[in-house]
Amino acid sequence: MIRFTSTSFRYEAEKPWVLDGVDLVIEEGEFVVVVGPTGVGKSTFLKTLNGLVPTFSGGEYAGEVVVGGRSLSSNRPADMADLVGYVGQNPSASFVTERVEDELAYAMENLGLDPVTMRRRVEDALDVMSLHEIREAPLGELSGGQRQRVAIAAVLAAAPKILVLDEPTSALDPGAAEEVLSALTRLVHDVGLTVIVAEHRLERVLPFADQVIVLEHNGVIHVGPPASMMAHSPIAPPLVELGNLLGWEPLAMSVREARRRVGDVKVLLEDCELPTVRPVPEGSALTTSNLTLNYGEQRALKRVTLDFAPGTLYALLGRNGSGKTTLLNVMAGLLRPSHGTALLHGQPPFRMAPSDRIDLVGLVPQDPGDLLYAQEVGEECRTADREHHLEEGSTLEMVQKILGKIELTRHPNDLSEGQRLSLALAVVIAAKPKVLLLDEPTRGLDYCAKLSLIEQLHLLRSEGVCVVVATHDVEFVAQSADQAIVLSQGEVIAQGSAREVICHTPVFAPQVAKVFSPLDWLTVKEVMTALGGKR
Amino acid sequence: MIDDRPHAVAWWLWALGLAVVAVKLSNPVPMVALGTVMFCVGYLRQSPAAWGRSLMLFVKIGAVVILVRLIFQMLFGERIPGHTLFAIPSVALPSWAAGVSIGGPVTAESLITAGIVGLKLALILLAFGAANAIASPRELLRSLPGVFNEIAVAISVGLCFLPELINAVQRVRSARKLRGRPTKGIAGFRGIVVPVLEEALEHSMELALSMGARGFGRTSSTPSRRRSALCGVSAILGVAALILGTYGLLSAGSSIPSPGVLCGVGAVFLSLGVVASGRRSVRTRYRPIPFGWRSMVCVVSGWLGLVGISILQSSSPDATSYAPYPLVWPTVSVAALACVALGLVALAVSPRPALRPSGRSKHMAEATSR
Repeated sequence: MIRFTSTSFRYEAEKPWVLDGVDLVIEEGEFVVVVGPTGVGKSTFLKTLNGLVPTFSGGEYAGEVVVGGRSLSSNRPADMADLVGYVGQNPSASFVTERVEDELAYAMENLGLDPVTMRRRVEDALDVMSLHEIREAPLGELSGGQRQRVAIAAVLAAAPKILVLDEPTSALDPGAAEEVLSALTRLVHDVGLTVIVAEHRLERVLPFADQVIVLEHNGVIHVGPPASMMAHSPIAPPLVELGNLLGWEPLAMSVREARRRVGDVKVLLEDCELPTVRPVPEGSALTTSNLTLNYGEQRALKRVTLDFAPGTLYALLGRNGSGKTTLLNVMAGLLRPSHGTALLHGQPPFRMAPSDRIDLVGLVPQDPGDLLYAQEVGEECRTADREHHLEEGSTLEMVQKILGKIELTRHPNDLSEGQRLSLALAVVIAAKPKVLLLDEPTRGLDYCAKLSLIEQLHLLRSEGVCVVVATHDVEFVAQSADQAIVLSQGEVIAQGSAREVICHTPVFAPQVAKVFSPLDWLTVKEVMTALGGKR
Repeated sequence: MIDDRPHAVAWWLWALGLAVVAVKLSNPVPMVALGTVMFCVGYLRQSPAAWGRSLMLFVKIGAVVILVRLIFQMLFGERIPGHTLFAIPSVALPSWAAGVSIGGPVTAESLITAGIVGLKLALILLAFGAANAIASPRELLRSLPGVFNEIAVAISVGLCFLPELINAVQRVRSARKLRGRPTKGIAGFRGIVVPVLEEALEHSMELALSMGARGFGRTSSTPSRRRSALCGVSAILGVAALILGTYGLLSAGSSIPSPGVLCGVGAVFLSLGVVASGRRSVRTRYRPIPFGWRSMVCVVSGWLGLVGISILQSSSPDATSYAPYPLVWPTVSVAALACVALGLVALAVSPRPALRPSGRSKHMAEATSR
């Protein structure tokens, strides 16, 4: 179906190759997962599949790619539209029309399908992605998860043979991600669709994969079945780490498989003590009582009463649109509650002057780039120093502690996701806020970047900062959080120690907890320490 | 349900008809009536979607237009003699600036004349504001024939750019608040504009990419470039001739020769271009709204009034036009009012718009988007 013949590509001459002499064959009807660290060129690779690279990017290109019998050197992306469907990283940027139904029909209108077929396929796509209820809705009013599903449906409706998805589940809660991925798997099985997915949260996609493509920084590509490829992959989900720890050959790719093979280890673990829950310190950094927030007639938060202690890391979980971001915005003083109060050191945050507020609370929004507006990294750090009356160079020191060496003359937009997040984080914590709020910080981060983020957050926690993270990433929660809060439709439905909350909610349970259920082990590291004591 | 609605094109033609009526009128009585008709229809039939909320905006802009016109008249306007209401201190200008005056006596006549001109502009705005609230301009663009496809897409991308821009401004503003930086004043303005423009540029690149990947600009076979260029040129020439001709027909003392012929030639060129290019474009239309009898009635409702007003204009000029010399009350003509009221017929042939589709509220989406 797809054949690369010694294909090479780089964005500029003299720069390293993103793809270097790649030879690759992908068969029809396979579910392929593209794996690689942040910034290695996964998106670039995906874009070569329908010619978006090099048509839209420019750059140096050699070799040949043939997709479905058509050579990409003689076909424009538009000519491939009936064969390859492409969904980019940011679905809302790809919307051309303004209503869900029209968006679904857009590609087919361009392909010139007759109205009867179009109507039928739009209905099918609405069904597959369960979008029936919002078919008439304006695109601008959809939630992040809904937008993602509309973007996939819009491409599916044109009935391509190949579907290319760049991080399709990064904006979705675990339940919705599962739904989208099973819908795709069904299409792979039923109609022989070829699906190629790049995703950082491998724990979500690996169970579905037939083939794995591993990209390396020198432009080399390896292809193979998941179990053998993951054994040597530089980045691995918890299940693979567990397999490596226990010396499984071949590795287990699904929780079900792992559970069957884990029998004796589980018996061992039954006698081990679970790590102790970190006690919640005295005092309170932030409290909300009966907090209610209405957007017009819609109620985003309902009587939320919470108490956040200093020196603790809280995870805020919940479905897409359950009010997590709203709650963070209220706590950061960007929104004013309709009823009830949020108190930050005894004061409502929305009443404080912005310059006073940042000494008490810092928020890193979903798109950390929003916080950065200098043209260079160095300048960004210097402004932060000046604004917070710090010694010159202290923000930069912080950035280097998180990021390692970094070119000071680079534009923040040219940094990788992880680097940008770290820079925004450094700029926010430069003010030494007592409360740090992070909205969906692990989007686009690979496992290594996530680990260094966790390290950083734990360091802040030990300095007495109250850290609140709204996230869909359960593995991240398992590794980092002390306490967890679950929101649903704006209400708090569960709160308590992270171990208790996430292990007892099937949707939010991390892989290790699922494998060892009903034992409440959360991470591979915990299991390793426990077993180390046994052996 | 959707199919009961008059076509978007019908609504815009209706508005065009009423706008031309506004141009023809200078009697404030039927003018105010016309404004009421436009507002009523726009308000009762406005779409529940985002763009439908724009009617009030147009009303406000209209009010500002009238106000500005009045103020300019008071300050810099031509000094029309008549009943002086009050005087503004005048500034003596050197002789080379003859014809321009600043300040001086303000007469009732001058204010009335200025008010009528302002009202005329406001009515034209309101006509299109109403059409915009009822039928999205995008829907209109989508109905354009294939030869205008590229232009239509360019405009509709531009239209989608505006809400996106507002969204971006809000996000950057709250980000600045998060860093304790000013969001007002010159520093605030600069700090907001630069990132917003950067983002806008990035966004348009992504949009172009997405459109390319989804088959925008495909053609059935590779037609000769010359032929497709010819189609485009013919259509654009046709439109230009039509516009010039219409201008000639509408404005009394224009210097455009034989505007009627020009209109005819324009129409021929336009249809040539449209028909010839229609054969090469592969684009089809999803669930097109048929241009049925309701749409026809809607268009007629907008243009029948114009016919009536034109007849009145020659038979009894006082009914449609008014000048404050001498300063008397304008004529109230039942015939003129009836002509204007014909615009309401569009209400009868269009169903009430459905309630809000089930999406989340606008604010909610703003707070959680991205």
